[in-house]
Amino acid sequence: MTAARLSLGRIALNGAAMLSLGFILLPLIFVTWLAFFRQEIPSFPPEGYSLRWFSAAAGNKAFVDGFLLSLQVGVLSTLIGLMLGVPASLALVRHRIVLGPALNTFLLLPLVMPGIVLGTATYVFQIETEIATGLPVLGSAGGLVAAHTLIVIPWVVKLVTASLVGFDRTIEEAAQNLGANPWTTFWRITLPSIRPGLVAAGLFSFVTSFGNLEMSLFLVGPGRITLPIAILQYLEWKIDPAVAAASVIQIVLIGAAMIVTDRYVKLSRVV
Amino acid sequence: MARLSIEHLRKTYGEFHAVDDFSIDIADGEFLVLLGPSGCGKTTTLRMVAGFIQPTAGRITIGERDVTNLPPWKRNCGLVFQSYALFPHMSVADNVAFGLEMRRMAPAERAPRVAEALRLVQLSGFDQRYPRQLSGGQQQRVALARALAMQPDVLLLDEPLSNLDAKLRQEVRVEIRDLQRKLGLTTIMVTHDQEEALTMADRLVVMEKGKVRQIGTQRELYEKPADRFVAGFIGRSAFLDGEIAAPGRFRSQGGLEIDCSAPALGPATLALRPERLAIGAQAESCTNRFQARVEHVSYLGALLDIDVRLTEHDRMLLQLPNRQGTVEPKPGDRITIGWAEDAGLVYPRES
Ligand SMILES: Nc1ncnc2c1ncn2[C@@H]1O[C@H](COP(=O)(O)OP(=O)(O)O)[C@@H](O)[C@H]1O
Ligand SMILES: [Mg+2]
Repeated sequence: MTAARLSLGRIALNGAAMLSLGFILLPLIFVTWLAFFRQEIPSFPPEGYSLRWFSAAAGNKAFVDGFLLSLQVGVLSTLIGLMLGVPASLALVRHRIVLGPALNTFLLLPLVMPGIVLGTATYVFQIETEIATGLPVLGSAGGLVAAHTLIVIPWVVKLVTASLVGFDRTIEEAAQNLGANPWTTFWRITLPSIRPGLVAAGLFSFVTSFGNLEMSLFLVGPGRITLPIAILQYLEWKIDPAVAAASVIQIVLIGAAMIVTDRYVKLSRVV
Repeated sequence: MARLSIEHLRKTYGEFHAVDDFSIDIADGEFLVLLGPSGCGKTTTLRMVAGFIQPTAGRITIGERDVTNLPPWKRNCGLVFQSYALFPHMSVADNVAFGLEMRRMAPAERAPRVAEALRLVQLSGFDQRYPRQLSGGQQQRVALARALAMQPDVLLLDEPLSNLDAKLRQEVRVEIRDLQRKLGLTTIMVTHDQEEALTMADRLVVMEKGKVRQIGTQRELYEKPADRFVAGFIGRSAFLDGEIAAPGRFRSQGGLEIDCSAPALGPATLALRPERLAIGAQAESCTNRFQARVEHVSYLGALLDIDVRLTEHDRMLLQLPNRQGTVEPKPGDRITIGWAEDAGLVYPRES
């Protein structure tokens, strides 16, 4: 009786898991399929298959420029996010700072803030900064990186504090006992010990920045748009599988990055 | 290797005295053990020497150097942590080489030193393993090798054997002691294990509640405990409460008049080592001789522990070697026990 009910439960659980996996994968599968259609209008069934939309996407200047800008912004905001987020996490975990828990929540806030709200807020802020300082902030690459750093910090803080909480500090003392000053101890002992957390933080930060649309919409300037915006603008004029091809390239790149990363640190263990 | 001198060392946390006025001179090559119950301030003392805790007052000198205000990385003390604290992301060889690397020693020079340190702890051939691939005992040896490789002025061991199983502990005890002698290392070890302390130390410091109770060799601590706490902590003692009514005469609560060699007056405690008590015919020649009733007998193999009652208020513990032909007393038996005048040690009463 119990065994039968158990296995029934198992089947139901597996079924539910398959269903949600399918729900997640279905759009990806359709986009990938679509990218290989020959005809211009995405209609079913396909009239034939070709790779022409991939070359079209690769030859589209807006896509290529957008890809390069997204790459730059992603890398820069990830690096800056790590440089700010790691010390912040250290302070939060290791020192009793005033309003520590409140500060922690505050740093995670951009994660739950709707993109439109965040975009409006940074837009207004950057305009005010421009007025106050006279520097060209809005629409500049620097302004974009600054804003992306904001949405990247929650990931860094979340993942790095998690790694630091379980970290045995006596190995830092051991290093100092062996003659390492605090700076050397940090680079040689602390950072390598939380490497899985750092790698995961870097990856999630980059993906978050690379895929961001809503906030970026408020902040880009003419002739300087990110890949998601380039795709959106393209879609306003025509719908052909070139967009699907561009998406497939993105999916493959991000997937490859995750697989490579997973070889060095088990992401499933960190996140 | 160097002398180590600690003068009036003190650490307070608010009102709480974790270590209170600790002073000692440790000779070059001496093996000193800090012994005391958990929470008595042993680790705090050791960590002040290593530089991880800033003393509230006092001075620490290693060799000719006053290190009191030096950070840990400038002290050249080799500390072996209770948890070993190996670097998990480094191989055994890199762990051991770390201290040398910090001194900017060239890799070519480091290699033989690492090999030598690993040979000393009998771990040659393990250099490319990672800490997680080693047993607890092997990790402990790596921690020791890592401390030895940097040729520290003093070696500090914080309960180094407490995470090993009983059999291994016995072996490693002897190994550490041999190594320490061979290298002539000035060493402080912390432990709460009395047997470990007694087998390894040249000299011991007995601590309690942050205070030094006594400093001395094993024999001094056992034969002449400085106070009631030490008498009960090092080896076993049976205690009788009472008072010294006149010099040389102790009166127990139960009214027994006992000869002793004590000048002090007032409330006092008489301590006796259980194996120094005589029983039956052997008690005839003792100055102090009393009738007692056997209450409980524990058969411990080589020894018999016998609880006896002298009066309503006075109890005593005897230890008899289990020789061939020893007649085992039974609960309820009436026996004569006795002890020499100088077998009893008298201390002022402690609350
Ligand atoms: N940072 C601290 N703040 C307050 N009390 C402390 C601190 N560190 C240690 N103590 C107290 O000091 C006493 C001695 O601790 P310790 O030296 O670790 O004892 P042990 O002899 O067991 O090694 C303990 O009662 C401990 O609770
Ligand atoms: Mg301790």
